[in-house]
Amino acid sequence: MVFEILSYGFMHRALISGIAIALMCSIVGLFLVLRRYSLFGDALAHAAFGGIAAGLFFGIYPIWVAFGVSVSSALGLTKIRQKFQISGDATVAILLSSGLAVGVVLISLSGGFTVDIFSFLFGSILLVSLENTILILGLAGSILIIILLLYRQLVYTTFNEEQAKVSGIPVEKLNYLLVTIAGITVVSSMQLVGILLISSLIVIPNVTAMLFSRGFKQTAILSMTFAVSSVVTGILASYTFNIAPGGMIVLISIVIFSVSLGIKSAGLIKNKTIIPSIKQV
Amino acid sequence: MLMKVVEIENLTVDYQGILALDKVNFSVESKDFLGIIGPNGAGKTTLFSCMLGLLNNYKGEIRFFGTSIKKSKKYLGQIGYVPQKPAFEKNFPATISEVVGMGLTKNSKKDKIDEVLQKVWLHELSHRRIGDLSGGQQQRVFIAKALVNDPQILILDEPVTGIDSQSKELFYQILLDLNQKENITIIWSSHDLDAVAKLASKVACLNRTLFFHGISEEFFHNEDLLKMYSESSMQMHMHHHED
Ligand SMILES: Nc1ncnc2c1ncn2[C@@H]1O[C@H](COP(=O)(O)OP(=O)(O)OP(=O)(O)O)[C@@H](O)[C@H]1O
Ligand SMILES: [Mg+2]
Repeated sequence: MVFEILSYGFMHRALISGIAIALMCSIVGLFLVLRRYSLFGDALAHAAFGGIAAGLFFGIYPIWVAFGVSVSSALGLTKIRQKFQISGDATVAILLSSGLAVGVVLISLSGGFTVDIFSFLFGSILLVSLENTILILGLAGSILIIILLLYRQLVYTTFNEEQAKVSGIPVEKLNYLLVTIAGITVVSSMQLVGILLISSLIVIPNVTAMLFSRGFKQTAILSMTFAVSSVVTGILASYTFNIAPGGMIVLISIVIFSVSLGIKSAGLIKNKTIIPSIKQV
Repeated sequence: MLMKVVEIENLTVDYQGILALDKVNFSVESKDFLGIIGPNGAGKTTLFSCMLGLLNNYKGEIRFFGTSIKKSKKYLGQIGYVPQKPAFEKNFPATISEVVGMGLTKNSKKDKIDEVLQKVWLHELSHRRIGDLSGGQQQRVFIAKALVNDPQILILDEPVTGIDSQSKELFYQILLDLNQKENITIIWSSHDLDAVAKLASKVACLNRTLFFHGISEEFFHNEDLLKMYSESSMQMHMHHHED
């Protein structure tokens, strides 16, 4: 049966872009989670939702509006955070609700929910056109290359900003770069995984990987493996049972996480805490 | 003649009304082992923040190797820094080797990591996760990280707080070797007068202003200076209630 599924062109596209999305979300997510930005992806997705609604309302290609809104809110949020010392979770909450508010108002004005909006919210394998697949591959490739090139600086800055600064690393520029990448990642992944579920793909594989690994590289590789397995299985299951792919992908990653927790608490691997907690200075 | 590697002139820092440093002047010569002593709140960390380019709104002038740090940040490549309390996520997934390797600049070699871990007696733990080490071992990891680029100057901010006496001895031995065998200039802030008396060749005595800077023996053999130091520390303790 799997062979039959794999003979469809749209499934090829969904799987290929799904794998690219999984790789991108897990590596970008690792940096976000370790910087305690776990919900940042969620906030950007909600802002992007406002962008999608605006695009549909004004008849501009919605994905491009979403890219613009997502990246500019990511940069804006970072700037506000640096300038006014408002705590991270509060700024995330503000962005999250304002994006959603803009979206809901515009949707009401244009006469209610459409199929388009529904698939943006929960993801769809049919949305991934050839054009989109190429776009996603290009963006994911560039993002992975950038991260690979700046790997040491990004890890260092995430580990300790002050020490990174003293080593001459341009910390502020890197922070802006990282949030821009996060904005692009969220919008590229939105069509497949859905706005409401994107943050789980950013967070869950990383938290699972951190249960098992000691080093950064090891965590990144494990997390990518978990993410790719969840996405591939999720897409296949989504087609087979006709369920929105986002939901399926997230459920599978939660199953992997739960099984890992079980293995862990059975004491097969020692290491106590899961959620990172910062040392108070 | 020994070269002046650091020159500080009239350094003044005002934290919106709190004068943390007041017209501080001193210089550090190549191969010095300078102990900076001063009570809590004396301005030691503030002084280092200025020297490292982390704090920019100071008055006065700071020069490394003859060049103002406002002109060029190149000097940072010659400096290893061990912070007072290196804050990081307790569960940050990074091995000891990875943490030490973060300090590597592009053109340095990978086997440098093992070499510096050997210097701080940690090479056998290189695959452990940083958060799983004891406080004393973590401090040694950060020394190794500070050494990985072969710095000319090592700056350490009270690096032995909360470390048992045995680890302290090891730590001090490591510092002495670095200074004497490898000719690294050391600038080290501490509350521990005994240790400074034993290790440092020069002493700077800071309490918002700098009221002594010179040869270590001169300070520790001068009853008046010692008395003045302890009195000013007492005063500081009464005015400041922070840890
Ligand atoms: N960011 C800041 N904002 C305002 N005041 C500050 C700030 N940092 C330090 N201070 C004040 O400046 C003075 C010097 O502080 P600093 O941390 O440099 O002292 P220290 O010598 O390192 O003390 P300790 O021995 O406790 O580490 C203190 O009075 C402190 O309260
Ligand atoms: Mg201090």
